[in-house]
Amino acid sequence: MTAQAIPASSPPTTRQGFRFTPSVMMWPALLYLILTTQAPFFLTIYYSFFQRNLQLPMASYPFVGLDNYIGLFKDPQNLSVIWNTLVLTGGVLIITLVLGGLLAMLLNRPFMGRALVRTILISSFLIMPVVTAVVWKNLLLNYDYGFFSWLIKALGGSPVAWLTVHPMATVITMVSWEWTPFAMLILLTGLQSLPDDQIEAARLDGANPWQEFRHIVLPHWTQALEVVILLETLNVLQVYGEIAISTAGGPGVASTNLPYYISQKLLVEGNIGVGSAAGVVAVILTNLLAVFMLRLINRNTQVGGH
Amino acid sequence: MKRFALLSALLVGTAAQAATITIATVNNPDMVTMQKLTPEFTKKYPDIQVKWVVLPENELRQKVTLDVASGAGSFDVATVGAYEVPIWAKNGWLNPLTPMFAKDAAIAKAYNLNDIIPGVRGALTVGGNLYAVPFYAESSMTFYNKDLFKKAGITMPVQPTWQQVQGFAAKINDPKNGVYGICLRGLPGWGENMAFFTTMVNTFGGRWYDNNWQAQLNSPAWKTALNFYVDMMKKSGPPGATSNGFTENLTLMSQGKCGMWVDATVAAGLLSDASSSKIVNSVGFANAPVGPGTTRGNHWYWSWNLAIPKSTKQADAAFKFLTWATSKEYIALVAKTKGNWAAVPPGTRTSTYTNAAYKKAAGAFSSLVQNAINSADVTKATKDAVPYTGIQYVAIPEFQALGTQVGQYVAGALSGQTTVDQALTQAQDAANKVAKDGKYQK
Repeated sequence: MTAQAIPASSPPTTRQGFRFTPSVMMWPALLYLILTTQAPFFLTIYYSFFQRNLQLPMASYPFVGLDNYIGLFKDPQNLSVIWNTLVLTGGVLIITLVLGGLLAMLLNRPFMGRALVRTILISSFLIMPVVTAVVWKNLLLNYDYGFFSWLIKALGGSPVAWLTVHPMATVITMVSWEWTPFAMLILLTGLQSLPDDQIEAARLDGANPWQEFRHIVLPHWTQALEVVILLETLNVLQVYGEIAISTAGGPGVASTNLPYYISQKLLVEGNIGVGSAAGVVAVILTNLLAVFMLRLINRNTQVGGH
Repeated sequence: MKRFALLSALLVGTAAQAATITIATVNNPDMVTMQKLTPEFTKKYPDIQVKWVVLPENELRQKVTLDVASGAGSFDVATVGAYEVPIWAKNGWLNPLTPMFAKDAAIAKAYNLNDIIPGVRGALTVGGNLYAVPFYAESSMTFYNKDLFKKAGITMPVQPTWQQVQGFAAKINDPKNGVYGICLRGLPGWGENMAFFTTMVNTFGGRWYDNNWQAQLNSPAWKTALNFYVDMMKKSGPPGATSNGFTENLTLMSQGKCGMWVDATVAAGLLSDASSSKIVNSVGFANAPVGPGTTRGNHWYWSWNLAIPKSTKQADAAFKFLTWATSKEYIALVAKTKGNWAAVPPGTRTSTYTNAAYKKAAGAFSSLVQNAINSADVTKATKDAVPYTGIQYVAIPEFQALGTQVGQYVAGALSGQTTVDQALTQAQDAANKVAKDGKYQK
């Protein structure tokens, strides 16, 4: 049936053979994308089924099936690595959204020197992660000559060895400091596209500031929030430099996240098999989280909006 | 057509004339100097072109390992650590140098292999064949602050014991004024806290494995050593020591904040350098402390060496470079260029330590460094016999992983996250798993 229907509906100009449609022109680009993005990923999956250590001779790398994966999940330490990754990402998301949102609302009001304040607030986003870590570790958090120690001592308290006592909280603080400007910028853009008359109408109807925020601002922010949450989740899941420089994943594994763990397996140990398996787990986790986050934000903001 | 012929003639011509070698090395200051001195090498061997790949340690290690393991042959000379040389030699990844020295009498005579410190040579020899030549070598020693010692009314012996060190540390410790009794590595990593802590375990009478590859990390010696380390660091060390590695401790020490520091001999030169150290006039040097278990294994041994991967097609040119860069002549060249004998690559040649100019420039520590390197024996570092070589590492491919993992447990105990017993139970399991998975245990 369909086989007969197609020639009838196809344009008469194309008689036979190769049809040069616009979609054909996309093939090279598509092929390029497949080669550059999917091939490495499939290779990673392939390697994850082998027991392979760079330091051992080529000849001896047996196929071990799912052993690398089973090993990953059997070790209770690795579960805490996954947990750390979630805590880090979640913590940074919450902090940057709250701080970024507040700053965005502040910057949405006209005041003297707003452009200058905005530039200053953005600057921490423009600093490279490794530089951030070096500055925080040595200038701010150092027990002996760090700024915070000086401040606490000046106020009469006793300093804290942040990186040892609160390693995860410190990393979350550092990463949040970097990403707050990003959240602020996107949320500010969202606010600026909110028509004034909507707010006015709400105020005329007697909405208090909370109701105004909950029913006008928040629903309007949906798209901006989605962008922030999605991009930040993807980026914060990959945090590496800050951890490598400041805590080296320690003490114990208190601040080891998945990327740092993978780099340990690959760079330090040369363990291709386990590193690849962890890489595949990280990809799956990232996708799951991204989908989950989007669903959550969609449901919450849209239900309340109408 | 004519142009093509000309071009190919040109290409063939240059290929026949000049060999190009690619050298992979670490971005440590001594190697950067080597790179800068390339013109001197090409002056001597005008027919050899030199290309450099200079990277941080971890990246270099990964890149070179991948290259030699896959036989890609991108590097003609590779910079290889003392840990890797025996492993790679056994894997058949390196060209043995002994036959090359035998073949080239002129180079062999000028080079004088007997001048290389015996322990250093031994660490690079596998089955009677030399597989690499040392670029610089280091051991460990104790640094102390003479001013703080004088203030506390104590003196440091040339060979302190850990008990004495503990006592000194307690006397000097004055955290209210930002002065700590002792600074030691706490940052996790096989080359960070475990390099130091393994020497402590050794001299407390412990070892990683017994002769049957049964892990010994829950033995009394490990327990005593870890308790001692954690206890001393909690009482008289800087807070937050789990984030202190070599660099951080160097800063603390050179700012006059530590009474003592036990670490790599390379720090001796840095602490004596007025441009980076505030304690140039008060820094003192002593041997690394010995523990209650044995006098062995308190010094560690590390070297960066030049080797020729099996995959190279330019073995002869590579051999010329490697014998040039580790020669007596090169060491003198560095001294001349830098105008300072204390800045030469240390720890490789006896002649450096008998050189009057070197003795004068590095007199305060040169004999201690030489002694530390001479007494570091990678084959006899523990009280009881072991099936592995290495002092602050176990020379098996899996050790980078194991050492780093155990380093995390040790840091966990130091920060108080776990108890010493918990840390050692975890460490013992990890070490036994490695021995079983690697089929070392029979």
